[in-house]
Order: sequence, then structure tokens, then C-alpha cells
Amino acid sequence: MFCCPACGLLCDDLELNSTSPLSIKNACVKGVSFFEKAFAESSSKPSVAGKSTDLNTATQAAADILRKAKHPLFAGLGTEVQGMRSMMRLAEKASATLDHMHSEGTVRNTLAMQNSGWQTTTLTEVKNRADVILAIGTDIVSSCPRFFEKLVLNTDTLFNKPKPEIMYLGLAEESVKLPEIMNALNALMNAKNPLNKKADNDLIGGVTIASLKQILEKLKAAKYGVVVWSASSLKFPQAELTVQSITQLISKLNETNRVAGLPLNSGDGDSSVNHTSTWLSGYPTRNRFVNGHAEYDAYHFSTKQQLNSSDALLWVSTFNAHQPPACDAPIIVIGHPDMQFEKQPDVFIPAGIPGAHHTGTMFRMDSSVAMPLKKLRNSELPSLSDVISQIEAKLA
Amino acid sequence: MITLLKNGRIYDPTSGKDGVVQDIYIKNGRIIAKPSSTEKITQTYDLTGKVVMAGAIDMHSHIGGGKVNIARMMLPEYQETKKYTEPEAHVCSPSCSHNATPSATDTGFRYIEMGYTAAFEPALMPVNARQTHLEMADTPMIDKGGYAMLGNDDYFLRMLTAKKDQKAINDYVAWILNATQSIGIKVVNPGGINAFKFNQRRLDLDENNSHYQVTPREILKSLSTAVHQLGIAKPLHVHCNNLGAAGNFQTTLDTMSASDGLPMHLTHIQFHSYGTEGDKKFSSAAAQISEALNKNKHITADVGQILFGQTVTASGDNMMQQLNAKHANPKKSVIMDIECDAGCGVVPFRYKDQNYVNALQWAIGLEIFLSVEDPWRIFLTTDHPNGAPFTSYPHLIRLLMDKTFRNEAFAKLNLDAQAMSNLTSLDREYSLYDIAIMTRAGAANLIGLNDRGHLGVGAGADITIYTDQADREAMFAKPDYVFKDGELVVKDGKVAKVVWGATHTAKPAFDIAVEKDLKDYFDKYHTMQLDSFKMNDDEITNDGRGSIIVHENKKASH
Repeated sequence: MFCCPACGLLCDDLELNSTSPLSIKNACVKGVSFFEKAFAESSSKPSVAGKSTDLNTATQAAADILRKAKHPLFAGLGTEVQGMRSMMRLAEKASATLDHMHSEGTVRNTLAMQNSGWQTTTLTEVKNRADVILAIGTDIVSSCPRFFEKLVLNTDTLFNKPKPEIMYLGLAEESVKLPEIMNALNALMNAKNPLNKKADNDLIGGVTIASLKQILEKLKAAKYGVVVWSASSLKFPQAELTVQSITQLISKLNETNRVAGLPLNSGDGDSSVNHTSTWLSGYPTRNRFVNGHAEYDAYHFSTKQQLNSSDALLWVSTFNAHQPPACDAPIIVIGHPDMQFEKQPDVFIPAGIPGAHHTGTMFRMDSSVAMPLKKLRNSELPSLSDVISQIEAKLA
Repeated sequence: MITLLKNGRIYDPTSGKDGVVQDIYIKNGRIIAKPSSTEKITQTYDLTGKVVMAGAIDMHSHIGGGKVNIARMMLPEYQETKKYTEPEAHVCSPSCSHNATPSATDTGFRYIEMGYTAAFEPALMPVNARQTHLEMADTPMIDKGGYAMLGNDDYFLRMLTAKKDQKAINDYVAWILNATQSIGIKVVNPGGINAFKFNQRRLDLDENNSHYQVTPREILKSLSTAVHQLGIAKPLHVHCNNLGAAGNFQTTLDTMSASDGLPMHLTHIQFHSYGTEGDKKFSSAAAQISEALNKNKHITADVGQILFGQTVTASGDNMMQQLNAKHANPKKSVIMDIECDAGCGVVPFRYKDQNYVNALQWAIGLEIFLSVEDPWRIFLTTDHPNGAPFTSYPHLIRLLMDKTFRNEAFAKLNLDAQAMSNLTSLDREYSLYDIAIMTRAGAANLIGLNDRGHLGVGAGADITIYTDQADREAMFAKPDYVFKDGELVVKDGKVAKVVWGATHTAKPAFDIAVEKDLKDYFDKYHTMQLDSFKMNDDEITNDGRGSIIVHENKKASH
């Protein structure tokens, strides 16, 4: 059995039936697509200015770019713990700013947590204890295809609980109404709030007062309610305030009941990068090193803010072939061998895919569990850590 | 390559040396007997007048793992160096950044700069073992290890309810130690973290977990017996029920009898020594607790001293942290239920000397330090970062060694708290020898680190050398030299060489058949495979700088 890094669930019950055609027991659509690409033969070679070359020349060219740069940006960061360790080491030497490609969602959650904290749970608790699940702004399966199969529809639970009732709020384009809806839910928790006197069929954010009251009643009646949200699907300004509104509701319910939150992540190693960064530098995602000293700014150190002022971009995407953003500064790309470019980067180094070509360690979406990734097939491709070590040696 | 440390004044309680002037020889990372005259001494340090002790060992400090990283994430403002004003300034040494949530790198550096050469993470959650070891692997300079938390996991509680025999419990406990690469077993709020998931808000020692119908007392009995019968050196590490609650001293006293005379260690006992006397219904029960500790020789304890200033409390005890969250400062907290394994609660605190409760907590910790007679059974901790960051140890040592300094600090406290404490009537001053027991020999003895914490022939050459100063805070904040495994790693309080230290573990044998039932349990109820849960040695050693030391068990007794 092996672990699948294609989404935040990190299912580790996958089994390879055959390689051609590829058949994997327990893999979901995301998993199959991930391993199809990872198992495909690749002739991808390092290149400098679009011309194929060897690893040594490419890492030399990358080191030359970083040596000249005063404010490089290390972005993408699609990697796992071991890869992030090497990125942090290089960032310290190169005085780089670090940001993950999916940090928009991560940062919303972090800001809410830094402002008021939160009350959360993990997958095994959900599987065994949840009797009510409220999904906010997400159908869950788009992020985590096997969520219901593994945690809800299974028959084995420790406490003989009924199958949980699932409720959804603010799906798809309705998600923009969530700020209003979440405020209303919080207000309805207070019996003295005038909102409680409104007519049942009055609408708030397109939802009737009666439905909102019913959601609260079900959460209050639950033995163990779980509120799931996906910060990355909240595509409106100041969405961290809506995350906070969600966590506030959970806190309030916990004064008398047990209800816990479960924030979904976005993948490409976002949780792994966030954790590793935090214990190594003291700061979560969106930080930088200045003369060996770590600094943190969840707004200014975003890829978007830094792209124009940085004098080099090192883009990393090892799990998927995500392309770097357009940038005038020299670009180094390390990542998935399938990577195709509209404009050739100054340096491209194809790297091994963690969990397929080499081992690794990865954090699950619920942040308490770190899973070992296995090496499933031999590959000529170097791991990100190998590449970074070579660049580091040449930078000195 | 032989290094000679010449003419130092040795404080080595393991061999009973109390300020004896003696030479120490080091070869291949170990202390050796005086070599023959034909062997060449490569390097000599003249330590005339200097104080020489083994490297200090912190037997309880939250240095890595989920809740520590959550604290860092939640409190980025703590990374900034803070300069505290009087009266808060007196909690730290001058060089202390007072960082309650240091990065892994800073943790290693700050420890070694104070002459500490090992620290033990006391709340390693089995399902979170991998993260904890990842963070400890990135902690340079010092040795490390962890105590695996049991007693709130549904697997264990099911065993108790099903009345599984002690052998089955022992096999599970031994398996956990192996699977999580730990050196000891801890229980936090026995049964309470689990009960909180069933919406129980408090759990007393003889009260049933509502689902499993087992009491904390039964959990303590079962786990302390397992630890003892397996021959694990480190006694069961116990965070009692009712953490921080007024009146909890009775629970603590009762807990001492829960193991029927088998060894137990009661951790951060200051937080469990509160009475309900006085107008504010919060009082010191240090006298009762100390008296019981003096009497019950099977019990050891560390204090968990609080010191004033900003810190954060990070605990597995989410039941009690949920209640404490109303005192959070700044006002935020993270409370988690985790994987049918345990939980965590992270609540920032700012202890203030003009706050009645905080001032009394400070006094209670010191009262316990000064009233417990046997320094081999009481340990110097602040429960980092819960009572204060570990960087405040030099200040704490001065409070213990210098009565005038202590009484001056006491005089600045909240007046109502002063009226409720007998601290100034306690004249005891700890000696250098006492400090060496608490922070070296005793700690090594407790954990079962036979070749650490002393300066005898064969010991690992973890050695700290101080200039004898009347200001004990200044003295212990900045050693002249620190040797780690025979290498000079700190000179004049600054790191001279980066090393990585080893991970200490205990790996008692167990019946492999235990995995049959575990596999069935994981397949049915868990969201990961049994094989993913277990940590291999390679995960610690493969990076080329980590290493594992397996400690022999004491002779198993049945």
C-alpha cells in the first residue's frame, strides 16, 4: 500500500494492480490522474534559455542568477517537508521571500486563527464521532473526492453512531453571500438579537431565516457536530473575516455542546510547507529572510505583491505541472517533468515527483498527521532537495 | 585526541563530588580515566576557579510537535525580541529574548548557550510522533527525546473496558514506545481529554469517563504497572486531572496513591497545588503537597514554575484548556480533538505580578521548591513555555539560591497574594550541588540516561563550565564553555560549532501478535494504515545528522 499526495486526505490505502494500463485500487479520479502522469515515461531534460543541457550546467546557471539577485522570490513551493527544508535553507542564504502557490486560502485561515484562535478536529474523529456535518462554501468532494466514502458512508465507527446528516451552505456562486449568512447565524445564536423576531420566510443571503435556524438547531442537537470549510473557495475580499465568523460560531456552540471545525486545504503541499516553515523560521507561510533573520508579513510577502519588485523568481512545483506566473525578472523553474511553458524560463530543471519517484513526508489537511510518502518507481530525475543542494553548493 | 579540563571545581552528585578540584580527560566524546603519561594531551583548558558540571538536562520542555507549532503559528508577534520593563524585566536573564515560541533552531541554540545539552518533549502524541521527531531533528546542539501520551486514546480505553489483562496492556505500551520512538510514557488528564469529546467538562480521579465507564485512577494504575513491569526507567509521567483549578490539590494528593506504591512522576505540580481558602477562594496548598511528596518516596515531581511576563500555554489537556481559554491574553486559543488519540489546547497567557492568582502561583512554585526535602525527587522546570520560557531558568536558579533576591522579588508582588504565602519564612537556599542534582544527576537518573548527567569515567562528555559569580542568574545564563560529546560547542556563551545531538529512546520487547488486533482496529476505525503510523529508525537517521540511542531497560520486574 502507498500514500497518494493528490489531495489533502493523503489516502494511504492505495494498491497498484497493474502499470499498463494503469490500475490502482482505491484511487479516486484525482489520484489516478496524478499517478498516470507520475508513471509516464518522461524524456524531460534540464534546460538553460530553452536549450537542453545537463543538471550540472543548469544548477550552475540557477546559482548564477541567485547570486546576482538581492531580493529573489521563491514561489510555487509545490513540495513536501524534505523539499521545503532545503528551500528554507537556500532562502536563508539567498535572502529570499517565500510564498506558496495556494497561500491565498492558507493565509485566510492563519489570519483568522491569529486573530481569535479556533476549535478544530481531525479526520479520524470525524469518521467516528460526527453525527452532523455542515459544509460551508464547499461540496467537499471537489477538494477531497473520497471524503464521504472514507469518513461518512463507511459502516465501522467506534461508537455506533448514526450516519451523519450533511448540510451545505453557500455553494459555488452563492459563496459570495457567506459573509452575510455567517453573520446571521452568529446573530441567531443570541436569543435577544432582533433577527430572531424576523419572519421565517425572510431571506438572508438567499437563505430563509427558518433554514438558518434549522441549521443551528441541528448543530445544537448534535453529539459531535463538524463544520467544514474551504478558505480557498471564499473568493471575495476580506474572506478571513468570514472564516473568523465560522470559527466564532463554533466557539459559541462549544460553550455547551461539542462542535469542531475542519478547514480543507488546497493541495500541492500547502499544509506541509506551512508547518515546515513555521518550525524552521518561527513563521507560517509568507515570510522572508533578511541577512539570516526571518520576517513575516501575510500581505506584503505574497507572490502577487513581490513579483514586480523581485529580481529573480525561483518557481517550484513538483506534484503538478503548474506554470510560473509571468515575471520580468530571470526565472528558474524546478518541478514536474510535464511542465510546458508559454515562454521558456531562464532555467528549467525537471525534478522527481514526491510519493512516486522518491520518498518524502507530507502533512494531511487536518495538520496533526504527517504521512510517509513512498518511492514507487525508479526515475532518473533528481529530487528537489538534490537540486537545491547542488545550487546551494554552487552559490557559496 | 585527548582533551584535558584542568583544575576545575567539580559538582558531580552521581559520584558525590561537591566542589572537588579535579582534572577531567575526554577522548572520542567520552570521559576517560587519567591516561598514561605516554599518551599525548592534544588540548588543555585551565579551569582554575571555574565551576564544572555535566551538561544540564531539561526533563520536561515542550520543544516540538503539533501544539508547539500551533503556538508559533498563532503568535507571530512573539518572534519579535521584547524588552520588558520593570517589574517584568526581572524574570529573564539579560541576554534572554523571552521568546515563548522559539523556532527549532533557536530552541537548540538558546538551550546550549545556557549549558543545557538535552531536552525532553513530554507530550509526544503517538499519531503526531512523526511531526514531533521532524521538529526535534531540526533542533540543533542538544540531545532530545519524547514521552508518548497514552490514556486518552480510544484503543487503550477500549482495552480497559474490555478488562484486557495486564500483559496485553504491557504489549500495547511497549509497541507504542517502539512505534513512536519515545523513551517514556505520559498521561495527561487521564481519561479527561477523551471524556471532553463526549462533552464531559471535568473529570475527577474517581469519576467515570461517561462512555467507557473507567476512572482516571484505573488508567493510572494500569499504565504505571505497565511501565514498571516493562522495566522502563522513566516512571509514568502524570499530568493530573483538574489542571489549574482552585482546590485541585486534593486530586493531586489522591493521585499519589493511584499507582499503589509504584513509581510515578507528577509533572508541573505547581499547577496542581491550589487550595480554595481566603476571600478569593484561591490559596496555596504547597505545604500539603510538599509534605506528601516528602512522605511518598515513590513519587517524583517537577515544579512548572511560573515567571511573570508574556508566554503561551500549550497542553494536551484540551478539557481544562477549554475552561482556561477565558483567561487567554491575548484573547485567542486553539482547542483540538485529535484522531481518537488525544487532543491539544493552546492558550496564550500573560502572568502579571500584580494579579492575585498569578502572584500566588509564583509563590506556590517556590514554596514547593523550598519545602521538598530531597532534591533527587524534585526537578527544575517552567513547563516551557507554559509557566515561562526555558530561557528564564537562570533567573529561577537565582531565586532558589539567593534568599535576599527572592524576598525582594516577593515584596513587589500583589499584596493580597503576599498575605497568603509563607515564602519569606522559608530560609532555604539551594547550593550548587543541589542545582547539579536537580538539573543533571537527578534528571538523568529519572529518565534512565546512564551515561549522561554525570562526570564519571565512561560518561558522554556533555560538560558545562561556569565562572563562579555571586549573581547566580548571570552565572547560569552564560557559561564559559560547553562541551557536547567532547566537542567545544559554546565559548563565552556563544555557539562555536553546530552539532545535532541524538534522539534517546527505549524499545522494550513486545509480543508481535499485538499488531494483529491493532491492524484490525486501524483498518476499521482509523484513517491511516498501521504501517504509516509506525516510525522507522530511517526517518530519524536518514538525513545524515540524526542518530538514535536505545536505552537498556531496567531489569523487568513482575
